[in-house]
Amino acid sequence: MTVFEYAPAPESRSIVTLRSHYGLFVDGEFTDGGGTPLPTVNPATEEVLGEVAVGTDADVDRAVRAARKAFTRVWGPMRGCDRGKYLFRIARLLQERAREFAVLETLDNGKPITESRDVDVPLAAAHFFYHAGWADKLDHVGLGAAPRPHGVAGQVIPWNFPLLMLAWKVAPALAAGNTVVLKPAETTPLTALLFAEVCQQADLPPGVVNIVTGAGDTGRAVVEHADVDKVAFTGSTEVGKQIARAVAGTQKVLTLELGGKAANIVFDDAPVDQAVEGIVRGIFFNQGHVCCAGSRLLVQESVHDEVVAALKRRIGTLRVGDPLDKNTDVGAINSPEQLARIRELVGIGQAEGAQLWQPEGDLPERGTWFKPTVFTDVTPAHRIARDEVFGPVLSVLTFRTPDEAVAKANNSTYGLSAGIWSEKGSRILAVANQLRAGVVWANTFNQFDPTSPFGGYKQSGYGREGGRLGLRAYLKES
Amino acid sequence: MTHALDPTAPGRADPAAPAGVPDAFADVTRSDAAFRAFLHGLPGVDQVGAEARAAQLGTRSIKTTAKAWAIDTAISMVDLTTLEGADTPGRVRSLAAKARRPDPSDDSCPQVAAVCVYGDLAGVARDALVGTGIHTAAVATAFPSGRASRAVKIADVRDAVGNGADEIDMVIDRGAFLAGRYLDVFEEVVAVKEACGDAHLKVILETGELRTYDAVRRASWLAMLAGGDVIKTSTGKVSPAATLPVCLVMLEAVRDFRAATGVQIGVKPAGGIRTTKDAVKHLVMINEVAGPDWLHPDFFRFGASSLLDDLLLQRQKLRTGHYSGPDHVSVV
Amino acid sequence: MSDRLAVRKTYKLYLGGKFPRSESGRTYEVTDARGHFVANAAWASRKDARDAVVAARGAFAGWSGATAYNRGQVLYRVAEVMEGRAAQFVDEVAAGEGLSESKARAAVDAAIDRWVWYAGWTDKLAAVLGGTNPVAGPYFDFSVPEPTGVVAVLAPQRSSLLGLVSVLAPVLATGCTAVLVSSKQRPLPAITLSEVLATSDVPGGVANLLTGDAAEIGPWLAEHADVDGMDLCGAGATAMELERSAAGTLKRVLRTTTEEPDWTADPGLSRMTPFLETKTVWHPIGV
Repeated sequence: MTVFEYAPAPESRSIVTLRSHYGLFVDGEFTDGGGTPLPTVNPATEEVLGEVAVGTDADVDRAVRAARKAFTRVWGPMRGCDRGKYLFRIARLLQERAREFAVLETLDNGKPITESRDVDVPLAAAHFFYHAGWADKLDHVGLGAAPRPHGVAGQVIPWNFPLLMLAWKVAPALAAGNTVVLKPAETTPLTALLFAEVCQQADLPPGVVNIVTGAGDTGRAVVEHADVDKVAFTGSTEVGKQIARAVAGTQKVLTLELGGKAANIVFDDAPVDQAVEGIVRGIFFNQGHVCCAGSRLLVQESVHDEVVAALKRRIGTLRVGDPLDKNTDVGAINSPEQLARIRELVGIGQAEGAQLWQPEGDLPERGTWFKPTVFTDVTPAHRIARDEVFGPVLSVLTFRTPDEAVAKANNSTYGLSAGIWSEKGSRILAVANQLRAGVVWANTFNQFDPTSPFGGYKQSGYGREGGRLGLRAYLKES
Repeated sequence: MTHALDPTAPGRADPAAPAGVPDAFADVTRSDAAFRAFLHGLPGVDQVGAEARAAQLGTRSIKTTAKAWAIDTAISMVDLTTLEGADTPGRVRSLAAKARRPDPSDDSCPQVAAVCVYGDLAGVARDALVGTGIHTAAVATAFPSGRASRAVKIADVRDAVGNGADEIDMVIDRGAFLAGRYLDVFEEVVAVKEACGDAHLKVILETGELRTYDAVRRASWLAMLAGGDVIKTSTGKVSPAATLPVCLVMLEAVRDFRAATGVQIGVKPAGGIRTTKDAVKHLVMINEVAGPDWLHPDFFRFGASSLLDDLLLQRQKLRTGHYSGPDHVSVV
Repeated sequence: MSDRLAVRKTYKLYLGGKFPRSESGRTYEVTDARGHFVANAAWASRKDARDAVVAARGAFAGWSGATAYNRGQVLYRVAEVMEGRAAQFVDEVAAGEGLSESKARAAVDAAIDRWVWYAGWTDKLAAVLGGTNPVAGPYFDFSVPEPTGVVAVLAPQRSSLLGLVSVLAPVLATGCTAVLVSSKQRPLPAITLSEVLATSDVPGGVANLLTGDAAEIGPWLAEHADVDGMDLCGAGATAMELERSAAGTLKRVLRTTTEEPDWTADPGLSRMTPFLETKTVWHPIGV
């Protein structure tokens, strides 16, 4: 039997210049932070990429004051078309430096270079491009003839799509006329700091964008600062609840984008080969580190065996390994902490009696890795059907009728996303209507676009990002 | 080089079994209505999803040793083709000479799989290829349109086989297919297969006229059930000819057919494949969709003419380290 | 003062992505605001207009079928290249309209900014003009705006760049393709703009700019059965007659005003909605 071996096809890292030390970006300049710097590590190799400053309460205060000054004197009074021009510049710079951003994102996060290159970076640039065009058209958002920004936005983002989450937060905030203090995730600060360089290249007025790196305490300081008008958070439901408590009784406007346990529903008339692709994309894209991941496969019982067999065959062709290799499909788990959590939940799944399956093959020795994993014979009572794993672990359940599929899909405190696979349009629409989920994908999965609003129901959060509706989070009617 | 009808070739589950529809599917061809219900009951193909998967496979980066292997494998899978009204014995002999020695400056270059010509010139090709193991493929059945009576088409096949073709590339009756007369199309393939005798049958679906991936999947199953040894995308005379998503759907079909019956059918995309990059994308697709069993000239062919030149240029570049040019490749 | 002799530019039509002379072979003298000779511009004939419509129709499927994002990217690129050519535009506008350099500069800046503004609309029209309709039945019902097709544009006679941009950019932003007749007395910015379009990834045939006489070509475009919409801005006294002619094929007509509008004012959606159709789709909801 012939075997077609793909030779190593590494993307060169030489396009990136790593520094030994990274500072905070406040008021247009890079400065030190008051806290003990934290190392940031390449999860695929355990290499320390650099040391990153940590912002204390005092640093956060400095940043908020810079943002307030910029808002009052420069950005707030600025004409929309001029704000738009700055955003167009940023979008173009992201496109120009796309390869550099992609390689840096892969080094810092562990995701495959093809994903950084083909998904994260282009979408981030597209978000800026899209929102640049809104800056001078705010009278068409649906909030009256002259809606106004809130002021200073405090934004805390997660480690799974570092640059893209930055774009989702910063682009609409700026288009609407707010200024920003952004806290990147502690394990993935580097593309945010490279973005700060882009802001300098764009000649963005100082203080409009401020980036304060650090860990949980720094994020809390940003969220709780008295002079922040608008808070936006993407991360775990648990922290989201803490933030909601913290802003209670204040004037702060809050949007949250939290966890999920999405159901990917495959009916007996699904286009099977494409459904298998959608299942794979739903849970193994970005190593499953996706809030809207299709982590529950709900497959109609009559086609369960056929679909699962096809799925396992397909998973056997996934290539797990060096994220910088252009043929890698599944990269590294972002951190030892996340790996431990995945292992814990997988252990629980096995103990609960679900059947575990993983493809053959070896994992690299250094770094944090987990194989794509499928649990079959899962029922709604199992913890692995209810708890978010945030890793490449799929739980397979069955259903008999559309009603049952809907009931099982909705049987969750989460409500971020869902998938429906069927060749029958009316069924897709009927099921979509009944799903308590903010994003429903039919015959596709994990599709994102700056024009398409994204966000959850229930404990997956509130508020939407993207599209005309997403801008409303950053404006008030007048 | 083994032949698909060779009992020792890989993949044939039961070489002694009589030709005809595999047992599991005997019922479906009993009537037009039954056949229609079967073909329309096959899973649908979502166009956007299929095209996205094909595009994603196209991002694989095949370098160095993998690229060298891929180039040589692709060359060994080429059906070097000339199908022009102006073809002459001289042209066919020239093509055959290139088939046996594609790179005049390098004997290590593999031979191609077959030469593909019109049936009346099959004898010229056969004589020029004696002793090489390279197959003589002839198009037949009123190629490319397929618009002629059954009798004429069968005579066309017998003629080509009589001239020495050991592979026949037939066209299905697209008019009948699009009008829903599936059993007529099926029966014609069965009749052609019989007229082939020992010759190996490739069934051209003309996917550019079928227009939807659903139709491609149905036509693939029809051709396989009727006894085709290879399903082929196109005549090359209609645009679009072979596209990667069409090839994807056909590879899924042959994979599923083998899983259901044990019989391994080959795939041949033809027309529009011009560059080494295109060829490598196909090999990646075979590898990850149908599986490595199909990475063999008995189960995969490229119907192409200019593709060979680009493969040779790329091969020369890998060998010499610098980019090559058209003067280093022979014309036909 | 340099003794160097200038290499003078030739001004031809922009049609199908190329720069041909008029098939009629005609040219006409273009003078500046003081009456001095500036150039011989191609004098477009009805046959050129006919060929332009063919080119615009041929380009429509690709342009309207591109993603809104892609159209926005292309149009933004046009603005980038315009910015680089600003000095040439300033010279042509100043000479043609008799403006001071600073006034011409202001007009050119406004024209570039206007183009950027329209570039930002391509991927927002659907959200603003479309939506789902809550019909009283188990149906998913949605309306989407779609470009109407080929639009004939008679560019304003007075405002040779800002006015020109203000009538052309909206047509392209909607996904329509354009056949435009420039200002007769002040055609040069239209051709320099064509050079910008030709080097900015705008597919050939999407915009066709003809220098010549709107009064002569207008009637042929108004009656043309393969033109879907018409902007009568530069039609002057012939406007009513053209609107009557256009009625014969029920073209979507954007009327003109006796005075040219203040081009610096916010146009809103007014120059895009006339050239957008609305498609409403119904689909049952049920298992």
